[in-house]
Amino acid sequence: MSRRASGLKAWVVQRTTAVYLAGFSLYLALHLLLAPPVDYLAWRDWVARPGVSVAFLLFVPALLAHAWVGIRDVLIDYVKPIGMRVFLLALLAFALVGSGLWALQALFLLRTG
Amino acid sequence: MRRLSAFLRDERSMNKNRPVFLDLWRIRLPITGWASILHRISGVLLVLTIPYAVYLFGLSLSGPAGFADAASRLSSGFARGLLLVLAWSFLHHLFAGIRFLMLDLGLGIDRTSARKSAWAAISAAVAVALIGWGIRP
Repeated sequence: MSRRASGLKAWVVQRTTAVYLAGFSLYLALHLLLAPPVDYLAWRDWVARPGVSVAFLLFVPALLAHAWVGIRDVLIDYVKPIGMRVFLLALLAFALVGSGLWALQALFLLRTG
Repeated sequence: MRRLSAFLRDERSMNKNRPVFLDLWRIRLPITGWASILHRISGVLLVLTIPYAVYLFGLSLSGPAGFADAASRLSSGFARGLLLVLAWSFLHHLFAGIRFLMLDLGLGIDRTSARKSAWAAISAAVAVALIGWGIRP
């Protein structure tokens, strides 16, 4: 029962985050491709715009949740020895949370500094 | 508890008896299978770049010197090649992902449409990546 519920939750998380990630990453990619920032101030001012800032702040947890569910599924499918699987999942969790906090730090320093 | 242990026992004996066929050159994957496995591969590639992308993001926002440093790191030939692979990964993951969401909604679920949309997602990713490369090599 709880296994099924957690599987369903992961399925829903994967799809709701997918919709947000698709929208914002497409906007970000098009912006960087068609109107790349000319210098530091232009880039900083763009990221610091309230809409863009909030979009980045939402992007971080959405990306982490999406990456966690996706890689977890891949590891469960291909890595059978339980010790190795747990080790890789732990490594993934630390790498993702570390990256996420690092990105948030960059965003908060930008807002206060 | 009793049921759980019985379940685990069955699961283990099933695993032992399950045939394994992993002769990669003889597995003929249908196009829908290619869309799926490439979705996985592109997802893994994208996740592997997260730490470095965050590093570049922080560096580029640290000041004018950091911005110039990040820009020069992205301009080497090696970085441009890597960016092309990542652009393809992003596009394939996006297009195949949209396709999977449509299938979840029950759209295009019959075999002919599913094959057509798999072809469309795979070729659109390659085509758009090359167009992007043409705009900003």
